[in-house]
Amino acid sequence: MTNMQFLQGNEACTLAGIAAGARFFAGYPISPATEIAELSAKLLPRHDGIYIQMEDEIASIAAVIGASLGGMKAFTATSGPGFSLMQENIGFAVMAEVPCVIINVQRFGPSTGIATQPGQGDIMTARWGTHSDHSIVALAPASVQECFDLTVEAFNLAERFRTPVIVLTDATIAHLRETVSIPDTVKTVQRARPSGPVENYRPYAPAANQVPVMPNYGDDYILRVTGLVHDEAGYSSADPEVAGTLVNRLINKIEKYTDELPEPEYAGPDRPETVIISYGISARAALSAARRAKQQGRSMGVIRLRTIWPFPEKFITDICRSAARVLVVEMNKGQLLREVRAAGITEAYGLNRTDTRVIMPEEILEGGVLLE
Amino acid sequence: MNNLKEIDQYLAHKKLPHMWCPGCGNGVILKHLLLGLAVLGIPREKAVLASGIGCSGRAGDYVNFHRFQGTHGRTLAFATGIHLSNPELTVVCLMGDGDCGAIGLNHLLHAARRNINITAIVANNLNYGMTGGQYSPSTPEDSLTSTSRQGKTGAALDLCRLAAEAGANYVARSTVYHVREMHKYILEALNTRGFSMVELLTPCPTYYGRYNKIGDAVQMLEMFKEKAIPLNKFQNMEESEQQNHFWRGVLVRKNNPDFYTRYRQKEAVQ
Repeated sequence: MTNMQFLQGNEACTLAGIAAGARFFAGYPISPATEIAELSAKLLPRHDGIYIQMEDEIASIAAVIGASLGGMKAFTATSGPGFSLMQENIGFAVMAEVPCVIINVQRFGPSTGIATQPGQGDIMTARWGTHSDHSIVALAPASVQECFDLTVEAFNLAERFRTPVIVLTDATIAHLRETVSIPDTVKTVQRARPSGPVENYRPYAPAANQVPVMPNYGDDYILRVTGLVHDEAGYSSADPEVAGTLVNRLINKIEKYTDELPEPEYAGPDRPETVIISYGISARAALSAARRAKQQGRSMGVIRLRTIWPFPEKFITDICRSAARVLVVEMNKGQLLREVRAAGITEAYGLNRTDTRVIMPEEILEGGVLLE
Repeated sequence: MNNLKEIDQYLAHKKLPHMWCPGCGNGVILKHLLLGLAVLGIPREKAVLASGIGCSGRAGDYVNFHRFQGTHGRTLAFATGIHLSNPELTVVCLMGDGDCGAIGLNHLLHAARRNINITAIVANNLNYGMTGGQYSPSTPEDSLTSTSRQGKTGAALDLCRLAAEAGANYVARSTVYHVREMHKYILEALNTRGFSMVELLTPCPTYYGRYNKIGDAVQMLEMFKEKAIPLNKFQNMEESEQQNHFWRGVLVRKNNPDFYTRYRQKEAVQ
């Protein structure tokens, strides 16, 4: 059973979190993400959950990580300035392998920017905002429906991979109202839990899929968690062998399993002359442009990324191989374009807007023509 | 209550001996923290030791029960999530003075304001030991450290008074020299529902003691013996005199409902 609701993106993200099993939200008020906090504060107690407003975003993500280790699925929501503050602890969640979800409602500009206007400028912050080598999962919804669907997916991936997952929406989708189909139940994934003798349990010994099984604090299986390099028993270590093995595993446990992540969607002819690559709100303009291009008899296909990180390189290179032109459409100065070029598509061009206005289909059509 | 057998169950024996310097008080603090758990009969599975980054933060490596070590300064924020998701756990945060009083001060104030059901133990060695003896907010004014070669500018911060003012249910301070008193305060803190905090002065002969020509660990303990005085005596001193002393004693003992209890009560009304 499903029921149709008329929701804004922020509401859909909140309902998705609760549907996916989230019972803990810690946050700090920030535009344009506040509705997620407000609705969580209202709904979570009805599900025996907890909403807590922390003293800043550093504390918010910290409390989320703590709650996840205590056994609750947990999330937070923020925007650019708060997302910057969270970076150190997101890295901690990567290192300590703590499932959690961070919804980053992207707003315009560096620093305080314009709090109420959209942007897609946090693509690289999501990837490399926290220090040193790691992998990260980041998803980008393009509609209110997808705010729901991909937020559910984010929780499932967090549990599956024992890692923080970032949902990158933006101020437009966050406040856009659309009809959304909300199912009564959604498919949820629970973290793999230990079994067998308690005495020999080692909290960071990887299972076959390279992800260690996870108890929570209070279980008989003793959980030792630290952000220091640690051995499989969870004790800190400065051994080069331990350090190298750990960092490789943290990356490989995700990068070797990318077929489990939401695939890009492709719409267009089999061998398009022009390929548009886009995501989030900008991808909607791209799809609209492609429909008009078809009416004009032009050959234009759109790759819409749902997973931004890890970057779906193979999917993109397969489609772009035969294309004459590749245009990457995004509301930043070409952050994903660099990744497309690094994938070997050196003749890719960017269509970018960084003035708070969303990209319109007409601009994309014109951009395509200019390249032709 | 000095029988090491009592704390056997909580120790990761194969990780010993610890890495702390000779004369450091962190081992004494850890011992009495574990004794506290033993006296109260808290099973290994229901206790979490959340420590910070710095010398005292390494304590987690020496225990064999649930252990958490997060990022520098944020221990109380992480612990807030651990506690709220699993309120029957005994959550103890062990932090240093730099960890809790500088980078993490905000979290101390808000944990106390919420009266969150956590016990905070602050090992105050009067400087940043792990990084080589720089001055911290709790370093006394004019003290010599590796970043105050002419003497520290600015007064020392009294973390206990801040926590008390912010709303903690229990706040006490002692030193590792006053070991019976320390033991008692740790027990009282663990027995408190709501936010409890015990600040413990502990010697750092490697840096603070050496820079300030106090001498070795024994002489540092003698300094605590002489300069850490009961709270009522301290309060009757002139301000200029107070600056040369530390107070010890129980500053606050209250029984206000903790955050979790109040939150759930409000929800039931809803």
